[in-house]
Amino acid sequence: MAIKWLIDASYFVAAVLFILGLKGMSSPVSARKGIIWAGVGMVLATVVTFLTPGMNNFALMVIAIAIGGALAWISGKKVAMTDMPQMVAIYNGMGGGAAAAIAAVEFARGEMHGTVVTLLATLGALIGAVSFSGSVIAWAKLQGVMKKAFRLPAQNAVNVVLALATLGLGAAIVIAPAIDPMLVGAFFILALVLGVIITLPIGGADMPVVISLFNAFTGLAVGFEGFVMGIPALIIAGIVVGAAGTLLTQLMAKAMNRPISNILFVPMAAAGAGEAVEGEQKEVGAMDAAAMMRYASKVIIVPGYGMAVAGAQHKVWEMSELLEEAGVEVVFAIHPVAGRMPGHMNVLLAEAGVPYEKIFDLEEINGDFAQADVALVIGANDVVNPSARTDKSSPIYGMPILNADLAQNVIVVKRGKGTGYSGIENALFYKDNTRLLYGSAQQAIGEVIQHVKAMSV
Amino acid sequence: MDGFVALYIFMLAAFTGYEVISRVPVILHTPLMSGSNFVHGVVLVGGMIALGQAETPLEQAIGFVAVLLGAANAAGGYVVTERMLAMFKSKEKN
Repeated sequence: MAIKWLIDASYFVAAVLFILGLKGMSSPVSARKGIIWAGVGMVLATVVTFLTPGMNNFALMVIAIAIGGALAWISGKKVAMTDMPQMVAIYNGMGGGAAAAIAAVEFARGEMHGTVVTLLATLGALIGAVSFSGSVIAWAKLQGVMKKAFRLPAQNAVNVVLALATLGLGAAIVIAPAIDPMLVGAFFILALVLGVIITLPIGGADMPVVISLFNAFTGLAVGFEGFVMGIPALIIAGIVVGAAGTLLTQLMAKAMNRPISNILFVPMAAAGAGEAVEGEQKEVGAMDAAAMMRYASKVIIVPGYGMAVAGAQHKVWEMSELLEEAGVEVVFAIHPVAGRMPGHMNVLLAEAGVPYEKIFDLEEINGDFAQADVALVIGANDVVNPSARTDKSSPIYGMPILNADLAQNVIVVKRGKGTGYSGIENALFYKDNTRLLYGSAQQAIGEVIQHVKAMSV
Repeated sequence: MDGFVALYIFMLAAFTGYEVISRVPVILHTPLMSGSNFVHGVVLVGGMIALGQAETPLEQAIGFVAVLLGAANAAGGYVVTERMLAMFKSKEKN
């Protein structure tokens, strides 16, 4: 009895710590404390669970925790900051898989108490399994294991038929008087295939929104399995994450001006290719680029994922410091979806040592471009494409963009003449006041640094 | 658990989740997504109880997978979130 009380009280404390932890993460000042509180809650909940009366298989349990925990801990320590999104995706998928597996154990034991419990277990299993297989595909795409977005003929019809078939099997499980192993097996297989089929055609640029959606899915699945097992801590943690993840998904989709339904069902290319762009791209050398910035009074840097991939954020910050020493005001403008997740670019710049005060959001900075002498665009493309403001036929029309084109001069650091990740032509690259500095960000900025140094002596 | 009590928990938790994140600045969205990913790692507890009650080899095998995946979710989620937030922390000292 006392043990039962201790366990319930610990779960309660853990739930409080989870909520306080998430709340702590809402401010940079308390964010680190927040994750530590949540971590304490997790350790507490895990440790007291060993005391649960009437449990067996402790050896298996310890081995599973040791293997799963150690592998994830080591991989999480080693991963580069640029690869963070796919790591979040894969850990999230594992949570979804765990929720589905819990439901599978309950089905195998065949002890469902009532229709509502069976319904919740089935829903949790469905959502968890979709989140698991979908997240694995998302990871494979971001990691580069799987290169192309893969689209079946009549993709949407296949999605709908598969989803209905899965739901039909799920309904059959709920209605059936006894658990039918064949039915349950087929249901899980279909749910896993559904996750794969939904995620395959989604382009890499939309991936952050999908990862966030699967994160919310896993939360819901965990919450539902919490109902099934009668553990309020699971319900609270799962549903809180489900709600938070849903809101975050909406925020991201809004920032990209791509409704979630579009991301899931309409491929980027089919949405229209946009008007052809007239003119030619005008090249600039590293020395001229250095001079333009060295003798400017204000430079706004627009970093994109291309900069992060090239690992150039440290070089960019080094250049900014040199320019500041020469009396140039340098600030960074971050688009909400720069990088691969909202805030990803902030993390990458923070890693390079750029202070907060130099980093501005879209709303804060967009009025300042007209006063800037130079806008330096590094490895960013769609987020500075003026077609989003002007060209109704462009697939990104209406997406809020950074108005880099309004600066006196624009320097674009770019690897080549291609259209980049999304395949959309960028009118900014052809403007009269735009100059292109070709090369990898790392090498191009490195050359600019040498020239700025030479001018300052 | 009483059906309506469960429903109340569901409703209040949903509002809590919505409120908690609605005040988060954009710069913390990625760590927060990772942090909320860590929090649903508590699925580990459910996996442990499922495995603890498992009797047949099939149940044990699936339960083992549940605990393995849950532990990976919790451990991995914590490490990457902590690493991201550590960078913000070191910033403040400067």
